[in-house]
Amino acid sequence: MTTVKNEELAVAALKNGTVIDHIPTESLFKVVDLLGISKMKSSVTIGFNLNSKKCGKKGIIKVADVFLHEDTLNRIALVAPNAKINIIRDYKVVDKHTVSLPDDIYDIVKCNNPKCITNNEPMKTHFHVIDSENVVLKCHYCERSVTKDDIELK
Amino acid sequence: MNSDSLVSISDFTKDEILSLLESASRFEANPNRRLLEGKVVATLFFEPSTRTRLSFETAVNRLGGRVIGFSDANTTSSSKGETLHDTIMMVSNYADLIIMRHHLEGAARYASEFSPVPIINAGDGANQHPSQTMLDLYSIYKTQGTLENLTITMVGDLKYGRTVHSLLMAMYYFKPRFNFVACDELKMPIEYKEFCEKHGIEYHEYHDFSEEVINQTDILYMTRVQRERFTDIMEYERVKNLYTLKNSMLLGSKENLRVLHPLPRVNEIAYDVDSNPKAYYFQQARNGLYARQAIICKVLGIEN
Repeated sequence: MTTVKNEELAVAALKNGTVIDHIPTESLFKVVDLLGISKMKSSVTIGFNLNSKKCGKKGIIKVADVFLHEDTLNRIALVAPNAKINIIRDYKVVDKHTVSLPDDIYDIVKCNNPKCITNNEPMKTHFHVIDSENVVLKCHYCERSVTKDDIELK
Repeated sequence: MNSDSLVSISDFTKDEILSLLESASRFEANPNRRLLEGKVVATLFFEPSTRTRLSFETAVNRLGGRVIGFSDANTTSSSKGETLHDTIMMVSNYADLIIMRHHLEGAARYASEFSPVPIINAGDGANQHPSQTMLDLYSIYKTQGTLENLTITMVGDLKYGRTVHSLLMAMYYFKPRFNFVACDELKMPIEYKEFCEKHGIEYHEYHDFSEEVINQTDILYMTRVQRERFTDIMEYERVKNLYTLKNSMLLGSKENLRVLHPLPRVNEIAYDVDSNPKAYYFQQARNGLYARQAIICKVLGIEN
């Protein structure tokens, strides 16, 4: 009985806002960063190491009273490609979707090329997604490609 | 961002390339024209490259423009830690055009995003060197009368050779056929072979630099095999002479074949080739002047 209650607590209902579910535990705090949550004024619940039927341990973020823009949410696609977005209005899920990799990724990924200008100037990085299925990115500046497993975040 | 900048040869369409070739041939017929009267051009060579700098500066001088700049970043404020951004912003106060060479890859692309004046990339590390590609295209066009349907054989360092990569990308508009001749350590990277496959460009790879390959070639593009590219120095010693062109190897070659090389050469073309009328590398370097005059006028929007 107590366990059930705890689980319910962990996913406590939100009246209005955005829920980001199924975040891989190891990416949770990166997602928090990418969404700029530390600068938000509204109340945010962050769940870490929660049990999940699908992926063992997961992370979850609930942002009250804020409906995050799709472009903002898509920023997390690189680190949490299977994340589920739930838009809640009046305690009801009114929209449910997954994140998708945008065509261009700004200032999230670090270029692996030490001779790239982005690693030597105070500037934003910019990558083109050249293959969204296999996650292959190409640096807008030095034109080197980087594949999924070699992607390093800033 | 200044949309007139030239950072990579792929910034140009086929029509733009063809019109630049026409423009270059007009400059060849008449290289001294005061089209840049009253203009100041900055040549910022954060990394030394005497050959490229002299070629660009000659181009500006022959067009009646003035040149400011530096040929070694050690004498500038970037050695004091100034960012590229600040150097470009400062120089753009003085010049109508910035021609820059930088050891960091992507430097010119970045500069073109905020510079109020156009940028010409004169080489950014191992990445792009579009004026070299333009002079290669002009040399091919001039000697063959066309860029279409040619067999181009690239020999030597196909892995690190920036010029062969850019030329390959630029030729894709013109239905070429490529032969890649290199040892395993320096063979054409997979991404460029994929590029060929994606665009239906025929290519063949060879280890042996044989007359059989030379005899079917229109353009023989030689490159320098550099010792510092090898992890295994024994391997370098083994292959360094395998990709050397000797005059006798050209005996059965096509009448229209021309030998190109971005220079400097070391031992990959024997000196006895120089007197062969098919040797074209010194004229090729001269073509750089006309190609650069054409590029400078294009980015400044000057009709010629």
